[in-house]
This record gives sequence, structure tokens and C-alpha cells, in this order.
Amino acid sequence: MQEKISTSPIFNIVSRILFAPIIIFGLYVQFHGDYGPGGGFQAGVIIAAAFILYSMIFGLKNGETLVPVKINRYLMCVGVLLYAGVGLVSLFLNGKYLDYNVLSSDPSGGQHLGIILVELGVGITVATVMIALYHSFASFGDSND
Amino acid sequence: MNFLLINFFLISILLITTFFIFKSTSLIGIVALTGAFTLVCAAIYVNLDAVDVAFTEAAVGSGISTILMVMAVAKLPEGKIKPLVNLFPSLIISVCIVIILMVIISNLPLLGDPNAPIHLHVTPEYIKESESFFHIPNVVTNILASYRGFDTLGETIVIFTAGLGVIALLTGNTLNRKTKFTKKLKK
Amino acid sequence: MTDFLYFWNHFAFILLMVGGLFIIITSQNYIKKIVGLAIFQTSVFVFFVSLAKIIDGTAPILMKVEAIYSNPLPHVLILTAIVVGVATSALGLALVLQIYKNYNTIEEKEIEAEELKSER
Repeated sequence: MQEKISTSPIFNIVSRILFAPIIIFGLYVQFHGDYGPGGGFQAGVIIAAAFILYSMIFGLKNGETLVPVKINRYLMCVGVLLYAGVGLVSLFLNGKYLDYNVLSSDPSGGQHLGIILVELGVGITVATVMIALYHSFASFGDSND
Repeated sequence: MNFLLINFFLISILLITTFFIFKSTSLIGIVALTGAFTLVCAAIYVNLDAVDVAFTEAAVGSGISTILMVMAVAKLPEGKIKPLVNLFPSLIISVCIVIILMVIISNLPLLGDPNAPIHLHVTPEYIKESESFFHIPNVVTNILASYRGFDTLGETIVIFTAGLGVIALLTGNTLNRKTKFTKKLKK
Repeated sequence: MTDFLYFWNHFAFILLMVGGLFIIITSQNYIKKIVGLAIFQTSVFVFFVSLAKIIDGTAPILMKVEAIYSNPLPHVLILTAIVVGVATSALGLALVLQIYKNYNTIEEKEIEAEELKSER
């Protein structure tokens, strides 16, 4: 089964122009989540949407060279471990699990740091899981049979 | 009053869309209607002051979910869906559930009642502390990552596991049913 | 009339939930069943979020001026539930694709017939 790759110039150019702004918007949503609507879940999905757009227009093969499957799977684990790791660090600093007060000398600053790290973990996990979902759906039925 | 009228209008659209999903016989039509359904949901959430939820629903529900469904339907053959079954028994069950829930709903507080039990406990303290201690204006982020950190950790692990499951199901070397069956016969 | 508008959310939540359930039970097609599940889920989300609303309130993002804020706690619960819902329905779609690969159909009755044939 041969995958169809779009040759229309409109798709090519529009996706090329949109790719970077989507990622920048995702990062804005990720790090502005404390002050406005947004956070790890939304940012992860928006960043994943940029990569999914790329693999939809330029074909799955090019998409997989942009985000290699192996690295994507490692990053999935890194996100979850980052979240759980923040909890462990606060355990080692004589706090309770996921108690961010002890992360910094000032409790309020510790909370800020903890929330940013945890949201980053959530964002990485969601983004990579969504990319992995798309890639496995797109590649189904191509190799075997 | 405007708020109530917009709410009424949007939720009526949801119900109508559900009816057409129920009636539809083409797979791709159902997927398109589901995309519209989730977009209307996002509008409802904005009207109900849940901006974070609306953002998530617009990005996840009508973006990624629709793409995944289209990808799945593209792998399936075209063709009409078979007619519905068990219409009469499920109608009886549905009517029973509606009656039971109507009795329960008549005891619930009205929409937007500031003295409802849900608004009196815990949340006022969250909002007050978020201002004085955390200095983080978005209370939703604050509760998500800090007060309910364990909850969010669990949800993240659920997403991770679902991703693993899909990878294992679609890209792993799964045995074909027929090969398994012939193996059983050989034994 | 206003009373009806106040109650409309709760009532519509029941109708949506039962509608989703009805689609799950009556349709034979697995994709349609998954869509029914999504509708069922959405009804619960709308119900939760409408419980959080306070009349004349604003979104729970703190401002310098004094204001009434809607309840943020149900928002948090639903926010995570939406993402998890999509991940789980993707898992369901993956199962449907595997079923199609092995049985060449995604209609429930046909799969039952095939199973009966291979049992013999």
C-alpha cells in the first residue's frame, strides 16, 4: 500500500509557514499557563498538532525522520518520570511526596518551580503520546499483509 | 438572562447533533458530526466560565480526536452501516433511566446558585490561598498541579499507558487470528 | 419560563446521556459504538461544568479588582478527563482496527456468525 503524498503547492507552503508559529504558540500556552488559560495538557496537544500537520502533508516517512520513533518513545517515559521525579526530590528534601514547598528556600518560589516542572512533564508526555498515536494509526496496515 | 438563552441554544444544538449521529448511516458522516459536536461543547464551556476546559476541548476533542477517527475510518472499507438492533428493549431501558434521573435531578440546586453546597467547601480557601500564598492568578493551574498533584500524576500515567497500548496493538507483531487457529488445529 | 431555562442544563444532560447509551446498545458498528461512548462522556462533562457555574461570576483567573469567580475544582477534574477520554477512545479505535484485520468486518452480528463458524 503506497502512501499518497500531497503535491499541491498550497498545502506545502501553508504548512511550511504554519509549522513554527504553531510550536511557538504551544510553548506560550505551556509557560503562560500560570497567568492565563493554558497548561501542560493543552500545550502538549498543540505542539503535537504541528508535527501531525507535517506528517500529514509530507508523508509519514518524512514525519518519522523529523521525530524518530525511538526518541519519541523515550520522551514519553521522560515526561512521566519528570513528574514522578519532582515528587521524589521533595521526598529527599524532607518534605512529603509532591510537596513543592521544600524545593526552594522560599515556599512560594518552591511552589512556582514545582508547578512549572510538573506542567513541563505533563506537556512532554501528552505531546509525544499524541504523536505516537498518529504515527501508529498512520502506519497500520502498511508493513505486514 | 443572555447567558441562559445562549446556554439553551447551544445545548439544543448538542441534542440535535446527537440525534443526527444516531440516524446517520455513513461512517465518515458520523466522524464529521462528532467534530462539530465537540466544537459546540467548547462554546458551551466558554459560556459556563470554564475557559481552560474549553481550550482543552477545542484542541483535543475537535482537533486530535477527529484526526485519529478519520485515520481509523480511512483504513476501514467504505459502505453503509448495518441497521440498528434491539430498538424496543433499549427504549424501555432508556425510559426507565430517564425517569429515575428526573427524580434525582429535581433535588439538585439550580444552575448558577451561589449557595449550592459545591461552592461552600474547600474552593473558597483555594481561591484565597492562590492569591495570598502562591501568587498564581490562574486557580485552575494551581489546583491541577499543586493541590491535586496526585490526581494529575495518575491521569498522566493513564495517558502514557493508553499510548503504550495503541503502539503495542498497531505496530507490534500481533498474531493473526487465522494463523493462531491453524496452529491450534495442528496440535 | 426562566425556571425552565435554569433546569434545561440538567434535563439536557439526562437526554444526552441516554442518547449515548441508546447509540451504544442499538448500533452494530463498532466505530459508532465508540462515538456513543464519547457522547456519554460529554454529557457528564457538561453536567460537572454546569454545576461549577455561579450566576454573574467570571472565569477563575484572579484579577486585581474584586469579583465573583466560578468554582475551579470541577474544571480541573474535567480538564484531565477530556485528555484521558481521547487517549482511551484512541485505544478503542486501535482495537477496532485489529478486529477488522482479523475478521474483515466491524459489524457485531457478522463477527458473531464468523465465530460460530470457526467453533465448529
